[in-house]
This record gives sequence, C-alpha cells and structure tokens, in this order.
Amino acid sequence: MKKYETVIGLEVHATLATKSKAFCSCSTEFGGEPNTRCCPICTGMPGALPVLNKQVVDYAIAAGLALNCTITKECKFDRKNYFYPDLPKSYQISQLYYPLCRNGSIEIESSEGRKLIGIHEIHMEEDAGKLIHDPTENSTLVDYNRSGIPLLEIVSEPDMRSKEEAIAYLKKLRLILQYLGISNCKMAEGSYRADINLSVRLKGEAKLGTRTEMKNMNSFKAIARAIEEEEKRQIDLLENGKSVVQETRRWDDSKNTSFSMRTKEDASDYRYFPEPDIPPIEISDQWLHIIRERQPELRDEKMARYEKEYDIPTYDAAIITESKFMAQLFEDTVALGSNPKEVANWLIIDLLRLLREEEMDIDEVSFTPSHLCELIEMIEEGTINRTIAKEVFEKMFKDKVDPKEYVENQGLSMVSDSEVIRSEVKKVFADNEKSVSDYKNGKTKAMGFLVGQTMKAMKGKADPSLVNMIVKEMLMN
Amino acid sequence: MKEITSMTALDLGGHIKAKNISVTEAVKAQIEIIKKREPLFNSYITVLEEEAYSQAEEVQKRIDDGELSWSPLAGVPMAVKDNICTKNIKTTSASKMLANYVPTYDATVVSKLKEAGAIIIGKTNMDEFAMGSSSETSYFGPTKNPWNEKHVPGGSSGGSAAAVAGEEAFYSLGTDTGGSIRQPAAYCGITGIKPTYGTVSRYGLIAYASSLDTIGTLGRNVSDCVASLEIISGHDPLDGSSVEKSSYSYTKSLIDDVKGMKIGIPRDYMGDGLDDDIRKSTLEAIEIFRRRGAIVEECDLSYMEYAIPAYYAISCSEASSNLSRYDGVRYGYRTDEYDDIQDLYMNSRSEGLGMEVKRRLMIGGLVLSSDYYEAYYHKAIKIRRLIQESYMKAFESYDLLIGPTTPKSAPAINDSSSDSQKRKLSGMYSSSINLAGLPAVSIPCGIDKSGLPIGLQLIGNHFEENNIIRAAYTFESEMGGRIRNEKI
Repeated sequence: MKKYETVIGLEVHATLATKSKAFCSCSTEFGGEPNTRCCPICTGMPGALPVLNKQVVDYAIAAGLALNCTITKECKFDRKNYFYPDLPKSYQISQLYYPLCRNGSIEIESSEGRKLIGIHEIHMEEDAGKLIHDPTENSTLVDYNRSGIPLLEIVSEPDMRSKEEAIAYLKKLRLILQYLGISNCKMAEGSYRADINLSVRLKGEAKLGTRTEMKNMNSFKAIARAIEEEEKRQIDLLENGKSVVQETRRWDDSKNTSFSMRTKEDASDYRYFPEPDIPPIEISDQWLHIIRERQPELRDEKMARYEKEYDIPTYDAAIITESKFMAQLFEDTVALGSNPKEVANWLIIDLLRLLREEEMDIDEVSFTPSHLCELIEMIEEGTINRTIAKEVFEKMFKDKVDPKEYVENQGLSMVSDSEVIRSEVKKVFADNEKSVSDYKNGKTKAMGFLVGQTMKAMKGKADPSLVNMIVKEMLMN
Repeated sequence: MKEITSMTALDLGGHIKAKNISVTEAVKAQIEIIKKREPLFNSYITVLEEEAYSQAEEVQKRIDDGELSWSPLAGVPMAVKDNICTKNIKTTSASKMLANYVPTYDATVVSKLKEAGAIIIGKTNMDEFAMGSSSETSYFGPTKNPWNEKHVPGGSSGGSAAAVAGEEAFYSLGTDTGGSIRQPAAYCGITGIKPTYGTVSRYGLIAYASSLDTIGTLGRNVSDCVASLEIISGHDPLDGSSVEKSSYSYTKSLIDDVKGMKIGIPRDYMGDGLDDDIRKSTLEAIEIFRRRGAIVEECDLSYMEYAIPAYYAISCSEASSNLSRYDGVRYGYRTDEYDDIQDLYMNSRSEGLGMEVKRRLMIGGLVLSSDYYEAYYHKAIKIRRLIQESYMKAFESYDLLIGPTTPKSAPAINDSSSDSQKRKLSGMYSSSINLAGLPAVSIPCGIDKSGLPIGLQLIGNHFEENNIIRAAYTFESEMGGRIRNEKI
C-alpha cells in the first residue's frame, strides 16, 4: 500500500537533576530572578575555570547502564565553538571524540509490536543561558541562570519508522530517566526536548534518503504533528521529482508547519577540540560497580513485581508504573496496610480522572499516602460509604484536607443507628404510599425506589445495607 | 642598612619582622622609586598607591598580632602581571578589549599572596593577552629594559621582569606559556621560575593557551623566587588541572651543593644560531657545575625542531577558543557602531583586539577548522607527545638539563628581525618546555659585549623543582649573588 518508508532518528536533551551546575557550584533550580544563580564560571568571566561536578558523570553512567551502553573507560570533554549571546564563553563544553556511553538500546512497544531501538551514544554537555526579547524596548536581555546546567544528549540510531515508534521511544526513554532519578524530564520547562532527524525512502531501498532536522521540540503532540507534516512534505517533493535539501527546520506548532532555518552549506564549523581545562576522566570498574549497585528498580522490573507481589492485574500495574511518582504513592500507601487492589483503583480511576479534569501533572499531587490509607480504612470500617468517599477524595486532592478531620467536621459519618433509619423510612413510606402499595401488589421494583428515597433524605450518609434491610423488613410487616 | 629598595625581598621581609622597617616605610620607598622610574620604563599598567598604603596598615597589624610569623614575605611590596585577576582592581591583559575590566574575584594566587601579607603595589605591563615576547604589543605602550631603555625587556611578562630589575618591585608574578617568564628574566638579568604545569592554580589567570599557561615568579635572586613560589603553589579545587602533591616546600632545596648531580647538555641547545657571548657564558657555567662536583655530559633530544610549529598550532588553537568570550556582550570593549549581533561581534573584536592577537586567533581558527584539524591540530598534539617523551627519556639519565635561556640578549625596541635559526633555538629553549609541562628556571650568568644580561636555563623533570632550585642556588652562590645593574 504505502510506497514510502519514513526513517527517524532522535536526539534527546535531558536536563540532569544535579543540585549544582556541571562546572561550578551554582544552584540548578528552575526559575529564580534573572542572573541570580550564576558566578564568574558560568558567566564566562575572564580567568574563571570549569571544574567537573562528579555527580554529572554518576548520572550519565547510570543512564548509560540503564540503556545497555558500553561505558567509555577514558572519556574526555571537547569544546564546541560558536558565537551566540546566550553562550557566555562562546564555546559549549560538550563531548565529541570520546562520549561517555555508546552502542546501547531501548525496547519499545507500539501497535506494531516490540522493537529494539539502538542508542548511538550518550554524552554530557552544558546548557546555555536564555534570551529574553523585549519587543517594547526593541532589545534582548540574557538570563544566565540556566547557563552551565548539565545536560545529557542521547542520540538514537535511525531505527524508528513512524511517529508512533518515535513517541513510544521518547516516552520509554523519559520513564527510564525519571526512574533513575537523574532528570525530572519536564517538557514544559524544557528539561526534556528532542531534535527530530527524518528522511523518507522508497520501501525496500537500502540507502537512506536526505534528512532534515527539527530542533528543540518539547511536546509529544507537537512532535507527532511535526513528523507527520515532514513525512508529507518530503514525499510530496519526491513525488514531484524534486529532492529533499539537507537542512535544519523550525517547527511552528501554531501554524502546523515548518520553515527552513539553515541548509548544510551555511552550517557552522564548530571547531571542536579537546577541552584543555578538564583532564580526561577515568571510569574505573569500581566506579561502574558503585553506580550499578545504586541503580534503582526500573519500570519493567517494577511492573513484574507488582503483579506478583501485590496480585494486581497487568493493566493496573502498567498504568501505575507509567509514572514513578504514582508507583511511589502506590507502594507507600500499600506499605501502610491498605489493600493493593483498592489503592490501585483509587489511583487509576479517581486520581487519573481528577488529573485530567484539572489538567495537572501527577507530580503536582499533594495528598499523602497516609491520607489515602485513612480514606480506604474509613470505607472498610463502614465509617463512610463509597459515594461519600469519592467526595472526600476530591477534597483531599483539591484542598489537601485531612480525610478523617474532614469527615468528622462535615459530619459525613454513616448513620448506622437502626432507630434513626427506621424513623426516616417511616416518613418516606408516608410520603410514598403508592409505592408501598405497589410493592405489596407484587411490584418488587418499588423497594429500590423507597431505599433510594431514604438514602436521599439522609443525604447519602446512611449505611446502604442497613437501609436496605430495614425497608425490606418494614414492607414485609 | 642598605637602601630599602635595593634589598632582596627576603631581606626586607626579615627587617619588617624585626621591626627595623615598617610596612608603610617599605611601601613609601617603593612608591617613590616607581614614581621616579615609571615615566621611563613603563613597567606598570596600574600602580596601586592608595591601596598599597591601606594594605600596609592592615598587614602591619597582622604582623604585630603575630598572625604572619609563618610568611617570610609579609609586608614586602610586589607586582602582579596584569593578566591575573585582582578583585575590584582593573585587570586588562594589556588589551583595549579589557582596558576597563574590573574583576569581581581574586585569582587563587592573589588570595594566597594576600593571605601571606604580600603588598600588591601594581599590575604589570605585558604583551597583549600574553601573546608576544617583547611586551611591545601592549595596548598601554611598550615597557623598556632597565639595563638599556632602547631595548625590550622581553615578554610577555616584560613588565614583571622590568619592575623587579628596575627595583620597582621586590618580586613579581609572571605567566609562562612559551617562555614568558624565563625569557624576560634573562633579558632583564633576574631570576625567573616556571614550575611544573599543575603546581600553581590557574584560577583567575586570563587564559591564553590553557594547556600551556603556567604562573610563576620573578625575583632578584633564587631565594626570593623560591620563597614566593612556595606561597602561590598548592592544589586548588577551583582548577581541574591543578595537581595534588604531598609537599610544596621548595625553600628546603636552597642548598649550596651539586655534588653527584647528573646534568645533561642537550646538543641541539648549543647548535647554530647561538650568540657567541651566550655560548661562552653557558660553557663557563657548565664548568662551574663540573668544578662543584656535578657530572655534566652532552645528551640528545629529538623533535626539537618541531617545537615552534607545534607550539603555535596548539597555543593559537586554544587561544582562538579562550578569547572568543570577548564578544562585547557582557563586559569589555563594545563598539559604538552596530546594527545587529553579527556587527556587534565583528566590530567589537576588530576594534578591541590588537594585530598580534588577531593574527594568532586567525591561525587558531584555521588550525581547528574541520578541513585542517587532522593535518595541523592533530599532528601538533602528536609532536607534543613525542617532545614530552624525548624529555622523559633524557630524565631517565639526568637530574636536570642545562642550556641558554635565549639565543641572543634583549633586542632593540622595534627590531623584530630574527633569523629562522634563532627562532628555532628560542622555540627549543622556551616553548618545548611548556609543551612538555616541565619546570625550568632562568638565572643570570653573565653580561654580553653590549652590556646586556645573559640567562642560564635549568630544566627539571615533572614536579622535581627541587633539583633545579638546588643547582640554581649553588650557581648563584658561585657567581657571588645577583648580577648588578650599575644604572640602577
């Protein structure tokens, strides 16, 4: 059917979650007043020297091991030279000749099944500052808070053939980095961004077509659309007897189209050479051993363990482990004694619904495992019924209420005093004589209506099974 | 008591400790001389008169409180080359680009000097961004040689050498990327030591070529040089290339004895192009070592003829990257004329950087460009390794190597003529040592027929400063202390 095949390679930049910057002791915290998180080193003052933060290497090794890479025994930094106002030294400390990690892979799963995507290399580098254009003043300001924050660049092989595979790869990679605890990968803050290299070729053709590159994409939706449009654009060119130009393109998500930024001819020569200020780093077996010992449980392992240890369905385990945060919430709540399936249900059904409605990220959740545990306990003890519980859960989620206090203060405990219920049923019977006689004439369905009316009259706080029992008993008499 | 300013730094330090002279008196004497001689020599870019007096009071108090008993140079006025950052004090690297640049921090060496109670009396003149060997490329005009003001003091640490030789400072800091401490020390008849790369922190040194740049000291004699080197040496967590050693004690090697030391004379060092007077002085010096019981013999080095091209390829490459930060965006010179960012870069750099600097940056840019990287940069790195290995091999047989510091004494100002043989020799003496990262000292060993001083160079193995210090000290004792400049 399809005549063409799309070939996609991805370069991902992930911000490492180290406390301090890659080459100085400034804080890496996101935001802050402009130019308050910088020093002579990360602003490129004359005479300042970079000193490597070892944690950057620890994190990069962790990523390399998790992605099945070979770790370079003696790795070096190189300078990438170019002029831009956000780059204070006019060179970026990066790695070209001896990147830390090589030849890895990630297994992805898409509608076309499981597939191994090759990792060409992973290298460490530093981020640049941020330019802020002031249109009213017609000037540009620079904030160097981000300058020198460590990044990992993870370069895949051109192994993906569709946008689904590309997205599956990006999601899987993000999850691995998050599980490792080495990057928070917040796309909205730019801490996880991708460059798309894409070419098309006739199916069965062995040679790769001419590729284009789209830089700094930071939402899955935009990436999917950009891939789709670029496939179309390149196929159109080829179909019309034209050829694809090797170039860098900028994706404009609002216009759903991309523009040429620069072609290969006017690409700059970065004059890479070994960084003389940072001695080569020797990665000893002992160092690797330490990192290996420290590696946390990754998603696939966790999923398998949940199914086995907590006896929850694969589907539940998959959803819960899709975010390390939710997995932690799940495990912590279960550890407090709650029933695993019950906890899973609250997270998968109720929590995810609320997150969707409020357009929030999972890591913005502020209730604690003990709150969720208390809530489940109150249901099991019969203090509240499920309807009330859902209301309490929403309050916990939105207003951070303590569930026990809230139930108490709002008087939401279930009424299980049969005398109180009996007097309420009497009133309901009096108001609904027809239903009572209907029941007595054999219309058994009328009982359900009477139970519902009683619950409603008691504002949902009555123990439903008790109400059921009492209504039945009084109808019989 | 001698006149204050003609004392050695250690003598003055002793007198200050003994309360014979107050720090303020020392500063006053020094400032008077500077005021008298600066119009002629131009050793300084910035003289810190006011600061020096206030430092003097502070240091005097610390001395009186007994805080500085460990520091033999407390209260002694000294000079810092102007490519070393001093907090709140203009640091220009002798460039228009940084003519008004005021650092927000002290270089590690400056912090160490302050800790030791040094009085920084001024920032010395130099070749722009340390690129040159005559101090003529300074944006602030050339420095003159105190032995003969028609001659250059050498460079790039020309101001630091002239200040010490002209008694405008008791000792000084210089930097040596390809001979920039040793050559001016030789030209000005003083002692200059360049320690092993990694011994002294480069944090706060405005980089020229990072893998070669080394901070060292210049003094009126070996002891002054060594005492001040001891103050500034040490591992620095702020410099990744700084090396951690168990000891940085050099003064213990001020021993007047070379008996049994094995000294090599590289045959190449004494080749064609060497000035006759210098050859003669060098051979006489060798005889002195023999007489004192050292075993001196000729030896061979290899690849020395490639030291100059390798040095230029590497130093210019690193410089082209190191100096890219001077773009007119954050600090330094910014052009008045620009429409866009490209103009801002081009005009600021064209107007703010001098010719020699631009020439080297262009060479560096070319060497690093993808078309030439393999042919030039890569090859230079290989040669550097071969030169290193050649020295290492020599140090398997010798404790130190000996030779001239320069093939000729100080040339006249504006006389840039130099034949290729001389250039090759000076590359051997100076740059090859930096390429190998070795420690070397230049000490005065005579005066040529035009009345200009001659330097003798002693080269040691990595982190074996002690051998060259001991040999230099012994030689100096034999010569009867420092050579005198009658003009001063």
